[in-house]
Amino acid sequence: MASYFTEIKQLPPDPLFGLKARYTADPRSDKVDLGIGAYRDNNGKPWILPAVRGAEKKLIESPGYNHEYLGISGYEPFLTAAAEVILGANSRAISESAIVSQQSLSGTGALHLVAVFLNEFFAGNKTVYLSKPTWANHHSVFLSAGLKVDTYPYWDAENKKLDIEGFVSTIQNAPQGSIILLHPCAHNPTGLDPTPAEWNRILDAIAERKHLPIFDSAYQGFASGSLEKDAASIRTAIDSGKISSPIFVCQSFAKNVGMYGERVGALHVILPAGESAESKETLKSAIKSQLNKLTRSEISNPPAYGAKIVATVLTDPESRKQWEEDLVTMSSRIIKMRNELKLKLIGLGTPGTWDHITNQTGMFSFTGLTPDMAERLEKVHGVYLMSSGRASVAGLNDGNVDKVARAFDEVIRFCSKSKL
Amino acid sequence: MLRRSTRPFSVATRLAKWNEIPLAPPDKILGISEAFQKDTNSKKINLGVGAYRDNSGKPIVFPSVKKAETVLLEKETDKEYTGIIGSKKYQDSVRNFIFNNSGKDASGAQLIKEGRIVTAQTISGTGSLRVIADFLKRFNSAQNIIVPKPTWANHVAVFTDAGLSADFYAYYDKENNDLDFANLKKSISDAADESVILLHACCHNPTGMDLTPEQWEEVLAIIEQKKLFPLVDMAYQGFASGSPYKDIGLIRRLNELVQEGKIPTYALCQSFAKNMGLYGERTGSISIIAESGSQAKAIESQLKKLIRPMYSNPPIHGSRIVETIFSDENLLSEWLADLDSVVGRLNVVRDKLYQKLDKTNYNWDHLLKQRGMFIYTGLSAEQVIELREKYSVYATEDGRFSISGVNEHNVDYLADAINQVIKK
Ligand SMILES: Cc1ncc(COP(=O)(O)O)c(C=O)c1O
Ligand SMILES: Cc1ncc(COP(=O)(O)O)c(C=O)c1O
Repeated sequence: MASYFTEIKQLPPDPLFGLKARYTADPRSDKVDLGIGAYRDNNGKPWILPAVRGAEKKLIESPGYNHEYLGISGYEPFLTAAAEVILGANSRAISESAIVSQQSLSGTGALHLVAVFLNEFFAGNKTVYLSKPTWANHHSVFLSAGLKVDTYPYWDAENKKLDIEGFVSTIQNAPQGSIILLHPCAHNPTGLDPTPAEWNRILDAIAERKHLPIFDSAYQGFASGSLEKDAASIRTAIDSGKISSPIFVCQSFAKNVGMYGERVGALHVILPAGESAESKETLKSAIKSQLNKLTRSEISNPPAYGAKIVATVLTDPESRKQWEEDLVTMSSRIIKMRNELKLKLIGLGTPGTWDHITNQTGMFSFTGLTPDMAERLEKVHGVYLMSSGRASVAGLNDGNVDKVARAFDEVIRFCSKSKL
Repeated sequence: MLRRSTRPFSVATRLAKWNEIPLAPPDKILGISEAFQKDTNSKKINLGVGAYRDNSGKPIVFPSVKKAETVLLEKETDKEYTGIIGSKKYQDSVRNFIFNNSGKDASGAQLIKEGRIVTAQTISGTGSLRVIADFLKRFNSAQNIIVPKPTWANHVAVFTDAGLSADFYAYYDKENNDLDFANLKKSISDAADESVILLHACCHNPTGMDLTPEQWEEVLAIIEQKKLFPLVDMAYQGFASGSPYKDIGLIRRLNELVQEGKIPTYALCQSFAKNMGLYGERTGSISIIAESGSQAKAIESQLKKLIRPMYSNPPIHGSRIVETIFSDENLLSEWLADLDSVVGRLNVVRDKLYQKLDKTNYNWDHLLKQRGMFIYTGLSAEQVIELREKYSVYATEDGRFSISGVNEHNVDYLADAINQVIKK
């Protein structure tokens, strides 16, 4: 009998999904999940944002509500509002009408689209520079599209801070016209962001070397609670006009609207300043047509529901006000948990320094715990985090932060001792 | 064969080079919708879109779907990520719905029991076609697919974009407005052994003309003999008979052949776009029938690897509606009734249109054989253009009319317009 698929090997599960499976199977009642990349409230429960709840009611009860196909580019009111929230209402890109937007399957889908688009049309150095470390999926997104991948230094493990010198010098030494992927805020997994002054150095180096920047914005408003502050690096890059390359922005509404599973996102292509109106329009329609073609052959058209909800959240004044409050609720709870964990570790006299926990922002903390510590945390204490030492701070709450601090303390002492 | 032109642009050398990005051709159906929007004739009719319209020309939300959404609004407690290939609940419901066929498909039930069916949630039907195309590109011995001529406008693009080569097999006889069965068999027999063959499960798009069970037997025998890999596209399950359980004769037969060891494996791309009216929610599935349970596990892991860098995981709104409907017997029977009435209306207007068409010089009998959302009129491109320009009747130039655009209020106008156009 013909055997069609002889070479299919079974692969190990994605590490994060594997972690989740082990957590779910663990019978201990006081287990703690610090692996999840999703917000939890102070009771450890998933949280549907009140702004989203309100928008859903409004939408489903509205007279024209239906499930018709969206156009290939996506839902236009969503695309316009999404561009405005990330770029700012006064953005040069908006006033000059220098944007092409395509709705995508959340942040991952936007990254995939850029990757495939650049692989087809980019004539520069088809290598994407990623921070080291970076989000677990970045490498495969770009590699699977056919691009090459390299890294720039980011996390200085020794000092638990940003390696800005290594970062900038790698950009300066990369072949002219390379692709640089940047986390605009709440760097995943380290939680560590450049300061405004450091951003200027990074962007200057990119401009000087005529690199093409991709901003992967997965946490706008989630990091600081302020939409403006968390988008500052993107806005500086665009509005300063110093970057001669187009700028790609991958935008996810998974975390900041808490609609992880609805897959709402967009890719914005921003053309450089100073182009004649005519060539800009030609270019925009060419880019749009190609993004449409890619979308059409992969998914036909993007999902409607989430985009309609986000459009409502962004444009309906009442929903918008609620959402901005929801962002503060989420970010301030996370900031509070960072503080408590740090204070408790200091209180326990746990070996090491813990300022990095509060210097980091967003969902994650790169704790500095080693793989053997992470393993012991899981086995002995039922505290689950990635073997890289990345902890999802959202998994902490008033009811478990003490336990987690004590567990950290025990594994750090245990593993340091066994090394001696 | 369609190949991509790869014309690079250079960012480093400024914008001039960017202009070399060629303008990709616009989507035909979209173009028709746009022209329709701009037309000011109050009698205008849009027969381009493949989405259901009620008797007053309006989109509908299936009442059962609306109820499921109300349940979700009340009961949903999170909007978390689902799995890379969807939730287990979704996979189980869909697998059971299709392959267990409400307990009537013993072979399918056995395959489920043996763990040989991998089912993954996908981005509706298109996404499932794309995922299987990428999968076959990586793992199949043959790298080519044959599709019927004509076929859905997007099929070839989906497959060639994934790197497979696509070719046509004969399907339709335009002269006689009928299935071209002799040539269909001949061209399938002429295909290379082990080729992938795309089969429309029912309501062939665009012709609306399906094979009879006897004809399927003949085709399946050739498939078996030539070791072709059947890839079934089921976008209109329920639109042929009104019942989704009746429209899957091909699947049931394939399951038997798999059980008998005559066809080792096949794949099914399925969509809830039309039969639940979930178009824009992008809800569908891919199922791959593996040669063994362990192979099924390996396939599943590879599907995850393939999907993770594309979009991480599929959207949940539509899939939760599906889960809600399938887990509630009342909602399920309500949905079946909703679907039956949608299909009923289409059949009523199809008959009405047939009645009113002038048959003196033109044979319209093919209309009565066609099933699904479309009628394949056999009108020429010139005639379609005349309909558009003189009568504001918008359809694609292959003469495919979406009957859901026809209703009691415009059927006379439409029939008159067609009668005028064919007079010449
Ligand atoms: C840095 C980064 N980029 C992109 C994503 C993609 O997320 P999604 O596809 O859910 O929007 C994530 C999610 O964890 C992320 O952390
Ligand atoms: C034959 C066929 N296959 C697949 C599809 C894909 O539809 P969707 O991606 O909306 O489920 C369609 C839609 O028109 C179709 O006609």
